[in-house]
Amino acid sequence: MKKGLSVIFVLCMLLTLIGCSAPSPETPLATAAETSEQSAGAGEPVELTIAAAASLTDVTAEIAEAYKTVAPNVTLTFTYGSSGSLQTQIEQGAPVDIFMSAAQKQMNALQEQSLLLDSSRINLLENKVVLIVPVDSELGLTSFKELASEDVRTMAMGDPASVPAGQYAEEVLMSLGIKEDVESKANFGTDVRQVLTWVESGEVDAGIVYATDAATTDKISVICEAPSDSVKQIVYPVAILKESKQSETAQAFIDFLKTDECAALFEKYGFDMAK
Amino acid sequence: MDYSPLWLSLKVALLATIFTFILGILAAWLTVKLKRGKGIVDGLFTLPLVLPPTIVGFFLLVIFGKNSFIGEFLSEIGAPVVFTWVGAVIASTVVAFPLMYRTARGAFEQLDENLLSAGRTLGMKERTLFLKIMLPNSIPSIMAGAVLAFARALGEFGATIMLAGNIPGRTQTVSVAIYTAVQAGNWDLAYRWMFIIVVISFVTILAMNAWTRYAARFRRESKRLWR
Repeated sequence: MKKGLSVIFVLCMLLTLIGCSAPSPETPLATAAETSEQSAGAGEPVELTIAAAASLTDVTAEIAEAYKTVAPNVTLTFTYGSSGSLQTQIEQGAPVDIFMSAAQKQMNALQEQSLLLDSSRINLLENKVVLIVPVDSELGLTSFKELASEDVRTMAMGDPASVPAGQYAEEVLMSLGIKEDVESKANFGTDVRQVLTWVESGEVDAGIVYATDAATTDKISVICEAPSDSVKQIVYPVAILKESKQSETAQAFIDFLKTDECAALFEKYGFDMAK
Repeated sequence: MDYSPLWLSLKVALLATIFTFILGILAAWLTVKLKRGKGIVDGLFTLPLVLPPTIVGFFLLVIFGKNSFIGEFLSEIGAPVVFTWVGAVIASTVVAFPLMYRTARGAFEQLDENLLSAGRTLGMKERTLFLKIMLPNSIPSIMAGAVLAFARALGEFGATIMLAGNIPGRTQTVSVAIYTAVQAGNWDLAYRWMFIIVVISFVTILAMNAWTRYAARFRRESKRLWR
């Protein structure tokens, strides 16, 4: 009885699904796949699906706009999420041409499963860890070391247990030998945006965030970047997926990302081009 | 401001509500009739409510991804689910389902057993019994379940972003748009979407409450007429 019931139920579900998807005029990715098959020559419409880390949302929107004049036949379709969930989606066969990750870890995982077109993988961007204070701060901080001083009563950083930005922050503090002093007065944010909000509203005296977060607001001032030997490089890698049926078009777009035109856009949002 | 997430959210939530409405009521009816294994079936049907939505989304991704039999079949017939708005409908349907199922089941179980027995003595088949007695007598609860399901589907985020992705203009619902806006530090946009979704949810629930009150009065009055 139980079995019969679940079979009926699954059938119901499938029927409704098919009923819902079959006659619909918009099955975007299906049409995208069809057009890509037809487009042997250049100039015909092609669609690239790009899975990009959420921190790239604004800058990629501008890049997509700029790319329209470079290659008007190419439609860029971005899907945004955390790098970890994008990795999962790609592993499960989501139709993605290019992956722009916010960290090497996810890209490495995909490479190990031979899901990448290895030759296409590059380090595109660099992000920095920066010390910020509210724009009206009167403490006159000049460096990370001064976080340990008694003038700084509270500070904020991402929770090192779960937030990557917090792990980087902890790394910096550890290398400066002031981890205990600073963490005893630290508020741990559940993500780096929360840290930014606390500093913006002046609830804490200082905070540690990414340069890209700092670039989104004028309610804070950036004191300095973390000393380069105190923290691992934060790199955004980019690669084409092996499954992509339009790797040439994808490669052309990646080449475009490396141009000065894009570099200017990336820098506007606080990124540095990777060396 | 691009309003496409709003239309998409409404479309997805409405479709998801229709599907959960049908599936939830059927599931409740079948479970109530079960003699053995009720606990297990009930547990399975309630699972999406207990699991974190991201996990539900992951399961759905595994089921509908290209690596699975179903995913392969769907992409061969040209109806892929991953990264399409259909995926958003499926995710919302599954997540909202337990709310509909639970409310309907509660209503069915609280029905006066005498009503059903009376129906049986008149030779009603189980299906007629369901359509003519169980359903009409549970309408207020079922409508309440539908409202809950709609509200849940409208706010669905975790499973949706996993299965349907976050493609602006195609699969970006309001909840996902809020997430993206916050991630991008665009608080103005995030607040605007929050305001819109709060208003819609609130209006839905108020309208439903008004309807339930009206229905209850109508039932009382029709009973009086019968006497």
